[in-house]
Amino acid sequence: MAQEKEGIEGQIPFTQAPDAGAEGEPEAWGERTRVVGERHPRVDGYERVSGAAVFPSDVVLPGMVYGAMLGSPHANARVKSIDTSAAEGMAGVYAVISRNTGDANPAWSYGGGHQGRLFEDHCRFEGEAVAAVAADTPYRAADALRAIVVEYEELPFVSDVAHALDEDAPGVHADGNLAGESEDGRGDVEQGFAAADVVLERNFRVGSQMQTPLEPHGCVASWDGDRLTVWESTQGVFAIQGELAEVLDMPLARVRVIGHYVGGAFGSKLRTDKYAVAAALMARRINRPVKLFLTREQTLLTQGNRPATLMTLKVGAKKDGTLTAIHFEGTGASGAYKAGGTSLLDWIAKDLYRCPNVRTHLKDVYINAQPARPFRAPGYVQGSWAMDQMMDELAAELAMDPVALRLKNIPDGSQARDDKPYTTDGLRRCIEEGAAAFGWQQARAAGKGKGVAGKGEGHVRRGVGMAAANWYVGDGGPPATVILRLYVDGTANLNMGASDIGTGTKTVMAMVVAEEFGMDPDAIQVEHADTATTQFATPSGGSKTVPTEAPTVRRACLAVKDQLMDMAATQLGRPRQEIRFAGDRLETTDGLETVAITDLDALKNQKVVVGIGERQPNPDDVSITPFAAQFCEVEVNTGTGEVRLLRMVGTNESGRVINRLTWDGQLVGGVTMGAGFAQTESRVLDGPTGKLCNKSWHDYKLPTALDVPDEVVSAPVMLNDEEANIVGAKGLGEPVTIPTGAAIANAVYDAVGVRMLDTPINPETLVARIDLQEGPQ
Amino acid sequence: MTDDTRDGHRSGGQELSRRAFIKTSGMGTVAFAMGPAYGAGQAAADEETETRLEAGETVPITLHINGRSERLLVEPRWSLLFVLRERLGLTAAKVGCERGECGSCTVLLDDVPRYACMTLAVEAVGRRIETAEGLMDGETLGQVQASFVKEDGLQCGYCTPGQVMAAEGLLRRNPSPGRDEIRHAMSGNLCRCGAYAHIFNAVEDAARHRKG
Repeated sequence: MAQEKEGIEGQIPFTQAPDAGAEGEPEAWGERTRVVGERHPRVDGYERVSGAAVFPSDVVLPGMVYGAMLGSPHANARVKSIDTSAAEGMAGVYAVISRNTGDANPAWSYGGGHQGRLFEDHCRFEGEAVAAVAADTPYRAADALRAIVVEYEELPFVSDVAHALDEDAPGVHADGNLAGESEDGRGDVEQGFAAADVVLERNFRVGSQMQTPLEPHGCVASWDGDRLTVWESTQGVFAIQGELAEVLDMPLARVRVIGHYVGGAFGSKLRTDKYAVAAALMARRINRPVKLFLTREQTLLTQGNRPATLMTLKVGAKKDGTLTAIHFEGTGASGAYKAGGTSLLDWIAKDLYRCPNVRTHLKDVYINAQPARPFRAPGYVQGSWAMDQMMDELAAELAMDPVALRLKNIPDGSQARDDKPYTTDGLRRCIEEGAAAFGWQQARAAGKGKGVAGKGEGHVRRGVGMAAANWYVGDGGPPATVILRLYVDGTANLNMGASDIGTGTKTVMAMVVAEEFGMDPDAIQVEHADTATTQFATPSGGSKTVPTEAPTVRRACLAVKDQLMDMAATQLGRPRQEIRFAGDRLETTDGLETVAITDLDALKNQKVVVGIGERQPNPDDVSITPFAAQFCEVEVNTGTGEVRLLRMVGTNESGRVINRLTWDGQLVGGVTMGAGFAQTESRVLDGPTGKLCNKSWHDYKLPTALDVPDEVVSAPVMLNDEEANIVGAKGLGEPVTIPTGAAIANAVYDAVGVRMLDTPINPETLVARIDLQEGPQ
Repeated sequence: MTDDTRDGHRSGGQELSRRAFIKTSGMGTVAFAMGPAYGAGQAAADEETETRLEAGETVPITLHINGRSERLLVEPRWSLLFVLRERLGLTAAKVGCERGECGSCTVLLDDVPRYACMTLAVEAVGRRIETAEGLMDGETLGQVQASFVKEDGLQCGYCTPGQVMAAEGLLRRNPSPGRDEIRHAMSGNLCRCGAYAHIFNAVEDAARHRKG
């Protein structure tokens, strides 16, 4: 019944852990650390603020030309003919490829068993690739695209997740629009509902949210004979290497992928896409590097989304708040190809709050729109929207405090994983400590439905709300390898293949090394994210980078220290067991003799000590899970429907805080993104044409500096999860954004008594509901 | 204290006439006005001085960037952003949308934050152009940059040089901005990582240190 880690439809490549049971585990750091836990500025801060950081889109190579992609303008169409002759004859144009260039149209799969080609005859979504060009400037590449004449046969389409399974819905594929279906559960929900004092059922609808990172998706591709180098904006260079090698039918050792910096991703850059294949193919044909970055409009059309989702949630509870049954039905849209339309969608419902009787049923459907991609806490953000609003409504129905209701239903273990015990009491602590930091009791008593002046009936009302969350993949795990080189002068080089997607990975790892050797984190050079020169790592996704890499880095440190202790034992003429570390020195356990690392003769002779760290498996008898709770206060203008976020408190239990500065940054960012999900972001597909209406940032609204809460407080649960791994840290990047949407919706309810079941809660949708409730002002 | 000048097409004495601007913005055959910056000695563009250029044909211009004069050949339709990044190797200003929505290409033109994607290179002739590279003193970060590092006013770092320039522009015209003024001044720069709260801290920190 319980699902093992299957990965997110294979898109985040989790590897099945080997048997647990590593011998001789090192001692935990304990409570007292010197560097770890401090607020340390990024070790690559200079690069990121000065312009010195070379993002893939910054790469300029000698002789380089500029690629561009042509996409189908229709929701569903068959390509009848393509005439590229005019484009080919234009000045400055180096290459034009399409389905007409047979040697440049390799097999391509969107996954899920799909077998297609780079340039399809049948374009099942707007923006699907039809042709690509390369020219001496992006301007002339754009000219060339406009000169390509494509004749399409437009076909019927379906774009609404709610109608994908209608009998008369056009089939995205010949075998219908059901991409996948699954069920899960435990206990007996009928009995559970029969035993309930209160049963509530609600329908929720979540609009599609798009990742739309600031750096567009793209790459620079360059050949040296039969060896390909690609600078790709990616979360994981090794994943891209594997994909390109497969599509281009090349050995891995001839594909080098470099991704030192990536301008945002949020799950949308775990894999590459057709642009990279097109760039590589054109570069080979013309013997020049090709830079191909998609336009912003193309990224919104083709580069990922959180699926549009329908959810029906029925919950039963006793008078004292004990949950007796949960029935969750979810339908999510994969898009035109199977892409995890319902990935992890039911996990919040079946795992977060204790409930003996649960049934979930998921339907993944095809629509004529771009394939979905994992988006920061896939499934969980949608599921939380439903579950934590339902808990709020249940609390009101039972006349209980929402915090008390949640505390009544805290599980001891992961119910969706055979009740494997949690390593911490993190959920309870997040809720209790967050409530205390927020001043929940007072705020709830003071703010409820009252005008800002406290007079009770003003048109501006205040309200407070909260929500909680867990995240099932915050444990990390093998495979991961890092190499640490300690230099003769006591500085070090850390070689790690993982990407730092902006979460501060490099800084966290430098702090781990600094902690072990009594160094300054800035004394460590971090070399990363290059398939040719750095060690294998899985993509930075799933909030697993710190719990995967940090213990691995510590193991590499320990491997170096092991050799240094041998050196010290020899130099000091003592048995090895009488040597111990003291910061950047080694000393005898009697404290009589000491030697600095840099004074070790053997180190001076050999110039460097190399240590290799391998990520060991996690213990398999526990659930290593991060937890979160968020509390927010809003002000609602009942005349306009505007919601202003006044303050937000985010409490996370992700084990040990390694860098408090970037930890707080994650919380601030997660809240911002969650606010976008709840308030401003929702893809609009035009009814009559199925085409994307909001295909720019003017129309697809991201939160700006004016939209974020006046005050965001990060109040971590200070706890070291020593059972999790040898640094005691778990993942953070996703838990920080899961509860935000429901917390805002609950605060809006508290303020104006309107339950917003659909995203987005914007002035238009909210004022309409307020008017319905109160009648026109 | 809003940034309404940033999006707007500023009219300046050395800029193209609106008519010529529209023509040069088209594709294919373009009309290019020979303004005074190119040595033609004409006061402004008009019908008589128009020269018709094909796509791909260039004109010589001089841009004043970070205290240096750069002479180069540009197509009239090239954006300042393209020229900075792909022709001069100044890649701090980033490509985000190329339609004036995100601010990741923000530079200063005569001390005022401006989207380089919405500014033609030929429009920038005669203006003092500054990029994030220009805030450096050798290898030493400028104050705004240092404050962004200290307060972690960034995550992925892609929008950051643009945020830095928006903040620099704000502090040049208002050395002691309040939190609301900071929010408004930074609202033309999107940060998808959502680092805004830390960005506000960074701007406040920079203001404190610039004064001290």
